[in-house]
Amino acid sequence: MALNQQTIQNLSWLARLKLPAEREGKILNDLQSILDWVEQLKQVDIEGVEPLVSVTQGIAPMRQDVVTEGGQQADLMANAPESVQGFYVVPKVVE
Amino acid sequence: MTDLINLTISEALDKLNKGEISSVDLTRAHIEEMAKGRVLNAYITETPELALEQAKQSDERRRAGRVGLLEGIPVANKDLYCTKGVRTTAASKILSNFVPPYESTVSQKLKDAGSVMLGKLNTDQFAMGGSTLTSYFGATKNPWNLDLVPGGSSGGSAAAVGAGLCMGATGSDTGGSIRQPASFCGVTGIKPTYGRCSRYGIVAFASSLDQAGPMARSVRDCALMLQAMAGYDEKDSTVANVPVPDYTQALSGDIRGKKIGIPKEYRPDGLNPDVAAVWDKGIQFLRDAGAEIVDISLPHTKYALPVYYIVACAEASSNLSRYDGVRYTTRVEGKNLDELYENSRTDGFGDEVVRRILLGTFVLSAGFYDAYYTRAQRVRRLIYNDFVEAFKQVDAILTPAAPTPALSAEALKQMKPVDVYLGDVFTTPASLAGIPGISLPVGLSSNGLPIGLQLLGRHFDESGIFQIADVLEKQANFDKLPRRVKGE
Amino acid sequence: MYTIHGQTTDWELVIGLEVHCEILSNAKVFSGASAVFGGEQNTHVSFIDAGFPGMLPKVNEKCIEQCVKTGMGLNAQINKYSRFDRKNYFYADLPQGYQISQLYHPVVGEGFIEVTTSEGTRKIGVERLHLEQDAGKSIHDMSPTKTFIDLNRAGVGLMEIVSKPDMRSPEEAGEYLRQLRAIVRALGTCDGNMDEGSMRCDVNVSVRPVGDTALRTRAEVKNVNSVRFVMHAIEVEAKRQIEIYENGGQVKQETRLYDSDNGETRPMRGKENANDYRYFPDPDLLPVVLTDEYIENIRKNLPELPEAKKARYIGELGLPAYDAGVLTADMETANYFETAAKGHDAKKVANWVMGDLFAYLNKECLPISKSPITAVNLGALVGLIEDNTISGKIAKDVFQLMIETGKAPNTIVEEKGLKQTTDTGAIEKIVDEVMAANPTQVAEIKAGKDKLKGWLVGQIMKASQGKANPALANQILNKKLNG
Repeated sequence: MALNQQTIQNLSWLARLKLPAEREGKILNDLQSILDWVEQLKQVDIEGVEPLVSVTQGIAPMRQDVVTEGGQQADLMANAPESVQGFYVVPKVVE
Repeated sequence: MTDLINLTISEALDKLNKGEISSVDLTRAHIEEMAKGRVLNAYITETPELALEQAKQSDERRRAGRVGLLEGIPVANKDLYCTKGVRTTAASKILSNFVPPYESTVSQKLKDAGSVMLGKLNTDQFAMGGSTLTSYFGATKNPWNLDLVPGGSSGGSAAAVGAGLCMGATGSDTGGSIRQPASFCGVTGIKPTYGRCSRYGIVAFASSLDQAGPMARSVRDCALMLQAMAGYDEKDSTVANVPVPDYTQALSGDIRGKKIGIPKEYRPDGLNPDVAAVWDKGIQFLRDAGAEIVDISLPHTKYALPVYYIVACAEASSNLSRYDGVRYTTRVEGKNLDELYENSRTDGFGDEVVRRILLGTFVLSAGFYDAYYTRAQRVRRLIYNDFVEAFKQVDAILTPAAPTPALSAEALKQMKPVDVYLGDVFTTPASLAGIPGISLPVGLSSNGLPIGLQLLGRHFDESGIFQIADVLEKQANFDKLPRRVKGE
Repeated sequence: MYTIHGQTTDWELVIGLEVHCEILSNAKVFSGASAVFGGEQNTHVSFIDAGFPGMLPKVNEKCIEQCVKTGMGLNAQINKYSRFDRKNYFYADLPQGYQISQLYHPVVGEGFIEVTTSEGTRKIGVERLHLEQDAGKSIHDMSPTKTFIDLNRAGVGLMEIVSKPDMRSPEEAGEYLRQLRAIVRALGTCDGNMDEGSMRCDVNVSVRPVGDTALRTRAEVKNVNSVRFVMHAIEVEAKRQIEIYENGGQVKQETRLYDSDNGETRPMRGKENANDYRYFPDPDLLPVVLTDEYIENIRKNLPELPEAKKARYIGELGLPAYDAGVLTADMETANYFETAAKGHDAKKVANWVMGDLFAYLNKECLPISKSPITAVNLGALVGLIEDNTISGKIAKDVFQLMIETGKAPNTIVEEKGLKQTTDTGAIEKIVDEVMAANPTQVAEIKAGKDKLKGWLVGQIMKASQGKANPALANQILNKKLNG
């Protein structure tokens, strides 16, 4: 798989990163060499092998339908870069 | 007081129990040592006042007859563990001013066991790296040689334990982040079975691989610490609801008849001769102790690294989306929300983190998901199966922990990412399989640097590898005294 | 068949709905914060919901149960194995930067809803039901330059119910939505309040010339939040597409917003359409595995569904299909009706509920739960008519007094002395008086002008202030006229 600038820019957009040109060029080269390297996985015969999503064998433990948390507005806001009256604040979003 | 910083945890507990020393004595000695050892840059945040307060309380508890498993022992946490009221940065700029309003389960358990927290230890940014070179707060130096890296990502933990800046530390291991720095700094560290310790409150790197574990100066100390750290937690869906055995009970000193596997795939052409020599020495030690050495094969070993980087980066790309400049991270304004995201994240993440996020984004993206991510998950199963097969024949597997002794920071900076990634070659297979692995120092390189070996065991059989590691440690008689370089 | 007549040909509509239903539960789907609607901003929020570092989700068992119940209401396959995936995208009110959802293994598979329209009854296929997290709320009108974010709804359990593209008219889509709402309400799995946003609808619309079988490009119209708007949005979107085709253009696959003020759909701004959600299995959560026993236990305790209830009203209670449909449209009405009808004539009770009671509630914009007349009291009122304690006419007055006072009908009848007179002597006396006062009319009746008899009975009832038993009054009058 050959990456190009367009691919990097698209990936950057999906990840909400905006790299300056010189950083972008270096990262393109790095990613290209990593992708070339992982190509070796194509040598493995994976016919009929189920993907391993988790090494944990169990099934989901469940929580009971009980309210155990809440009323922590001040703790939530304590680390916020911008908040007003217990709301998080961001630049205007237009739909 | 210098001797206080040279004690192991078990020795210190003995003296505390006998009333020869107090937790305040022990804690103060370590705080002094931390000040002397700042050249190492092992700590991101020191909390001496908090530590002394906790030590005082510990001494009071002890007087009242309430003695926890680690009562009065000064330890420190990797700065990935959220600590209530104490800044937690993940060694990143984006979290550089984050103060969690909650405590991670594992650090809470250590508190509950009576330990004292000295501070927060350096790591690679978001645990992404094997050197601490990616830390926003600057790299940690190896106490054996200041030009060398301590390994990583738990490099701050390894250096601090090795240099006597704490008696034990938490680390976390996603692809070798406990075992490799333990080897580089001549200390002992165990990555337990995936699901043995709760991940609640630990800044996530790759959720299906991340596992908390202790680092200390002896196998026994690691056993003690893991005892306190492990166990079921209702807040983590992936933690196992199985009893935690008494690990120190397993240290019988007798491993006669145990079968130890030596995988041929871990001895590639061109393996560092010092590492090969220490490995051979380790094999001989175990044979001398009455274990049976068995040659085994783990055929998919060579694919573990690429699988690891695909899986870990995919998960990381998603896990790190929450750092967006809105609720608790550093923010760089933009003229609209998307620009705010882009500016905050681009400014807040270092190059290695950006690389991994982009790689992870790529392998999950439309058109590439099956070819990369799903394929990697399939090969992951083959790697898992290799170990299942192997453990039908053997009780444990002995390998080197890292392909080289500690590297110099300068050399690493010149290397390409892929070549840097090769440093994880011996540790990622166990991570992908979720099995426990302990790394302990067994010998020195020709130029006097520590070299660790890794013992791998069956799922949830930490006891089994503690037992063997304890014997190997005694046989190796590695000088546990920290090799401090304090810039004097 | 519903078609839209175009310039060149007649067009058929192909409609599919994606309906999001907020699950009724105490706590959120992956945290212990309250899922109850309302509350001061950011107070029903745990650190998990706010996507803080190191926070981990854990499934609320109630949400799984609610999905299974709903799946049963949709006649659907309950999947014993399901698991969660992450849908990755950035949005102001999506704190984790991903939504936990179920792409690959949803908890409920294929099913159907029976929908009755003017063209008859059809089964509309349900593709799947999956469990996911709701997002928070962005508030755009508190500042000219800023958006405010409240995460109280972030992480509330959401069922996304995806239909097959089986609907062919706005009416059918509207009925599907009404029926779905009735089902979730009957099951108590969602309150179905579209105006509060606890039930939301995205509409997929495409058109094709009548007779074509291939599907054409569809547009997704987001967040259409009432049955009426859904029907309207479908119509205007279909017309928009037809116009494009008839002008030689091509419809773009895109996401559009319905603007109810201007009665049109318009493309969403920004790069919404360029998203790549990068779904992958959530490594923080393990699979949900349901046992046969668990599933059967839920099935056994499932409340009666609207369709079954309707059939019972027709079959057992003898109600006309129309009445049965109206009374089972929502759970509260059905419960009210059944309580009121206990021990009384079902059709009579139905008439009172659908007639006087609905007229009053509609006028006052009250839900049936807020009715000043309890179901038991309405039943009692019908009982008083049935046992001849009051006449139907007096009952109307009693009904009015019940609304005003909230009192039981017997109390009112007692207090106001409205009880029917069955005392023959007293009625005879009134009949005599009325006959004496109207000699001309009496003579005409006797001469064979039978029609006037009704008038005369009316005069008798009036003179008794409505209390005379009408049957008895009739009987006595007849006797006197013939005597």
